[in-house]
Amino acid sequence: MIDRALIGQQLAEFVFAVEEFQLRLFAKAIGECRPEYIDAAAAKAAGFRSILAPPTFCYAITLNPANPLDVPAFLGVDVKDTLHGEQAFSYQRPICAGDRVRVKRMVTDIYSRKAGALEFAVVESELSDAGSGVIYASTTTTLAIRHPECAP
Amino acid sequence: MKSLAKIPMEKLVAAGHALPELELPPLDRFTLALYAAGSGDHTPFHLDIDRAKEAGLGDVIGHGMLTMAYLGRYLTEIVDQSAIKSWHVRFKAVSRPGDRIRCHGTFVRTFEEGGEQLCQLDVVATRGTGPDDVLAAGEAVIKIG
Repeated sequence: MIDRALIGQQLAEFVFAVEEFQLRLFAKAIGECRPEYIDAAAAKAAGFRSILAPPTFCYAITLNPANPLDVPAFLGVDVKDTLHGEQAFSYQRPICAGDRVRVKRMVTDIYSRKAGALEFAVVESELSDAGSGVIYASTTTTLAIRHPECAP
Repeated sequence: MKSLAKIPMEKLVAAGHALPELELPPLDRFTLALYAAGSGDHTPFHLDIDRAKEAGLGDVIGHGMLTMAYLGRYLTEIVDQSAIKSWHVRFKAVSRPGDRIRCHGTFVRTFEEGGEQLCQLDVVATRGTGPDDVLAAGEAVIKIG
């Protein structure tokens, strides 16, 4: 069982540098070929600071570049027992290439279902500008953790 | 691949029925590798069949967030990205290589909150028509005007 004392605790904070290279690769992976998502000049002509990050790139920003699997490690669970259960986004302003995003993450809930055979851990993240502190977006990730040994 | 056309807000809120669909090419391992690199999600079960088998998965599975990224692309093809206020999905099944993912949307309602005119769209990603073929389902809140 995941330690409930983790509720309310913050994970390692970091600053994520949003780079053109990664946004182009992300766009390629999802078959996104509209110019504002791959071309800086086109994005600027469309009124953005630079290449626009697609809506779900905010989740990629919440992955710690120094250790993308630090959430399961923080919870003390094996990544092979975890599944992405739910994901939510709330947006304040667009994120573009060149932005430096401060990521603050906190475990906000942990709960059990099916007599403990399934646990859920909720991590909320706040994405803000590393310089000005202005909020870009917030995300909520719900991980499902299987404990087959606890199956009723 | 050709993008869907943007739907003007007045038409969107008048729709009251299913919105256009976005059909993706069959999911392949190449795409999973690109997505792992582009998203920074290096979980091995999306990339390495040996590690996937060790974990009892049989074969690699697709990233749930790749499915949601397709839904995000779908949303931004029919409305401006800046109009998306918030959205969430629940993942229902894991995708597999060969899955033919389709994104669907339905206009649900208009409402007002905090002085803003908003509408709710439901979004679903499927790989077929069976009961286990819904990969992700959720809803988006879109700003009107």
